[in-house]
Amino acid sequence: MSYIVSFARFWYDFIVGDDWVIAAVVVLTLLATAGLTQAGVGAWWLVPLAVLGVLWFSVWRVASQHD
Amino acid sequence: MISGSIVLVMASFLASAVEMVEALTIVLAAGVTRGWRSSLIGVGVALVALAAIVALLGPALTFIPIDVLRLVVGALLLVFGLQWLRKAILRASGYKALHDEDAIFEREAAAARAQGHEARTGLDWYAFTLCFKGVLLEGLEVAFIVVTFGAAQQQIGLAAVGALAALVIVLVVGVVIHRPLSRVPENTLKFTVGLLLTSFGTFWAAEGVGVAWPGSDLAILGLLVVYTLAALGYVRLLRQQRAVVLAAAKAGGSK
Repeated sequence: MSYIVSFARFWYDFIVGDDWVIAAVVVLTLLATAGLTQAGVGAWWLVPLAVLGVLWFSVWRVASQHD
Repeated sequence: MISGSIVLVMASFLASAVEMVEALTIVLAAGVTRGWRSSLIGVGVALVALAAIVALLGPALTFIPIDVLRLVVGALLLVFGLQWLRKAILRASGYKALHDEDAIFEREAAAARAQGHEARTGLDWYAFTLCFKGVLLEGLEVAFIVVTFGAAQQQIGLAAVGALAALVIVLVVGVVIHRPLSRVPENTLKFTVGLLLTSFGTFWAAEGVGVAWPGSDLAILGLLVVYTLAALGYVRLLRQQRAVVLAAAKAGGSK
């Protein structure tokens, strides 16, 4: 069991890294984009907007904690 | 798309170059302090393991429908790329230490000298495991990019060629100069790879949920330009913030 936990933790750290908010925002944004697209709305702009927003939020948060 | 193939090779090459430079530092530290035989065997075993991962996973991914594959791969590349980009921005703005290969070499060499000598199956076990783990872990990021990026473009072989080319160049340079490659602009390379992965990840993931991009494949270029300008802007803003904080701290300290 501990091997499975260690394996899962390794891949979590590998892909998600030390800011899980980025992964969460990406998943939620893709879900929202899928929903809007299904509803006939051209939502190509949503993912780039979310990326710009979460990237700034993530680096600003580190900088603020540092300062 | 020929330009897509060029970007694919470039992304694999740059990612591989960055990771292999880091792995080279570890291998040099082990080789110089503990001997080359066990160190290089560790490297060889790790490279075989990495090749096996790419060889097994790559063809397995081709059984997945391309739309599903692009969504999953796109989302993974986007998250992974944002990780790289985030760290590159923090290093460029001074909020995270730059990778100092010389310092890492000295640290690893000191640790290697301090270790006892345990032999297993005729190998210096410390040197073997240090090099095996170092090359495997650094190479896993390259393998991830080769498999995912390559699968989404259905050109894993081409992606592998890019990665191998970087590996060979780094190895040759490392053997010739026999010291860590501390003058390689690692953060610039990581910045570039982060931008490429984030741009392609965005494009494929959104396509995977049914988005029709204006300009079709040209949208990738648009994303790359927007993300590059934004990332450089973020670095500038953070540097300004850091300068203000440092100036305030200095002023406060001199009172």
